[in-house]
Amino acid sequence: MTMRPKIEMRGVTKSFGTKHVLQGVDLDIPVGSSMVIIGGSGTGKSVTLKCVLGLLQADSGSIKVDGVEVVGASTRTREEMMKKFGMLFQGGALFDSLPIWYNVAFGLIHGKDVSKKEARHLAIEKLEQVGMGETIADLYPAELSGGMQKRVSLARAIATNPEIIFFDEPTTGLDPIMADVINDLIVQCVKDLGATALTITHDMASARKIADHVAMIHQGKIIWTGPVADLDQSGSPYVDQFINGRASGPITDPQSELLKSA
Amino acid sequence: MTMSSAIKILEQKVPLLKNMCQAIGHSILNVVQALGGITLFALDTIRHCLTPPIFLRHILRQFIDIGYYSLPVVGMTALFTGMVLALQSYTGFSRFNAESAIASVVVLSITRELSPVLAGLMVAGRVGASIAAEIGTMRVTEQIDALKTLSVNPMKYLVVPRVVAGAIMLPILVLIGDIIGVYGGYIVSTHVLGFSSGSYLYQTWQVIEEMDVVSGLVKAGVFGFLVTLMGCYHGYNSGRGAQGVGTATTNAVVTASILILIFNYLLTQVFFS
Ligand SMILES: Nc1ncnc2c1ncn2[C@@H]1O[C@H](COP(=O)(O)OP(=O)(O)OP(=O)(O)O)[C@@H](O)[C@H]1O
Ligand SMILES: [Mg+2]
Repeated sequence: MTMRPKIEMRGVTKSFGTKHVLQGVDLDIPVGSSMVIIGGSGTGKSVTLKCVLGLLQADSGSIKVDGVEVVGASTRTREEMMKKFGMLFQGGALFDSLPIWYNVAFGLIHGKDVSKKEARHLAIEKLEQVGMGETIADLYPAELSGGMQKRVSLARAIATNPEIIFFDEPTTGLDPIMADVINDLIVQCVKDLGATALTITHDMASARKIADHVAMIHQGKIIWTGPVADLDQSGSPYVDQFINGRASGPITDPQSELLKSA
Repeated sequence: MTMSSAIKILEQKVPLLKNMCQAIGHSILNVVQALGGITLFALDTIRHCLTPPIFLRHILRQFIDIGYYSLPVVGMTALFTGMVLALQSYTGFSRFNAESAIASVVVLSITRELSPVLAGLMVAGRVGASIAAEIGTMRVTEQIDALKTLSVNPMKYLVVPRVVAGAIMLPILVLIGDIIGVYGGYIVSTHVLGFSSGSYLYQTWQVIEEMDVVSGLVKAGVFGFLVTLMGCYHGYNSGRGAQGVGTATTNAVVTASILILIFNYLLTQVFFS
């Protein structure tokens, strides 16, 4: 491992008032690999992504993208950095005043100066990759179902072929077949296009399919990280409880674990 | 009352006093912070107005949204204000037999004060509120974050077109309002009060000076800037959820209205003293 990681996080903290969401996150994402972050609801997974993107300012710590520091960077550096990223927001975040095709083509038209005609063509291609097509291109986001919006949002995130793609719960709200189509698409982005991917998911089947590495976040820290093959022999009771979806265990009942280890 | 009991009472009052000071200090700090935030936002907006890329199509669209669609409400306001001015000044001036003064009262109050201020307030209610609601919703649904990840600066994409359109369209609206307002006074004077139309128009033309109209239009430009800026500022910094957007909308209209009245006074002082 001589190669510099694509993203390098050290001791990243972020609080909202008295709520300490991130309490020292350390994470390395190797170039061209697919990392999946798992962890309970409200543990700060989305906040972690937003700190890397600079949408939220980390309170302290260091985040390096290709060796360049993001925390406290100037607006210009951050804007330059943003060109490398594509992001699928957990809530979709589609522009509701623009038609679907324009949503997908947005980054091409405004970021890469592609002509509208060309961009529309590329947008429809991306829509086909996520299981939709020309028929919905001229509709507006509000006219689509939740799962369809999610897929449009995914098409938008990958439309500019970014180097680094963040997927915040890409398969939530999709039927199992469509979820698998999306899994394949994410794998393809990493394998064929050489992108570095960071995915948040609660869907363990999806995690096993798309991940090279898995990291688990709990109480504001990364408590375990390793190759996906080691997921079942992680040696961490937290990971065990999470991946098996058990209601009782150290995550839900920290006291019992303390007693056991005492 | 002994000394010790007086001290005791004082001691009881101290926490109350402290709380009060704390509350006052807190609200002063809040106001200062808000003013600072608004000033920085305004400077940032102006900076982005002057540097490329400029979203020209968006500016044109805002011309229509802010200017054209405000025409009915601004026109109605001016018309009835001109009419009521003529009526009121007749009841006032008729006692002194100075009916010719009506034309001057109407045209001067309309062009200098009423047309810009009332148009500003009407547009604050119509446009300021809708800007705050639209941008606030985009903030809450992460659309503003999405713009950033797609390498488009939301200040340039959302704020600049609205503020530019506001500052340009409001003077045009006010100029139209001036004409309609004077016409309203004319209708009442000739049809209700029975003056001759020729002498009314002559009076109007005699009394009006370039400065009256120009000062009103400058005011309108400033008000247009303020209204759209407040809409954008409160929307951009909207709190979370539907409630956050609601508060942003209210604040946009209230602060815009107050700023219009304050700046109206300041500009009047600059122009006419
Ligand atoms: N802008 C914000 N202001 C205040 N608190 C916030 C903000 N964003 C997130 N939080 C808080 O930070 C915590 C972590 O939020 P986050 O969205 O990262 O959770 P998550 O791990 O993505 O959960 P989920 O799996 O449910 O999406 C939550 O408790 C949330 O209340
Ligand atoms: Mg989340």
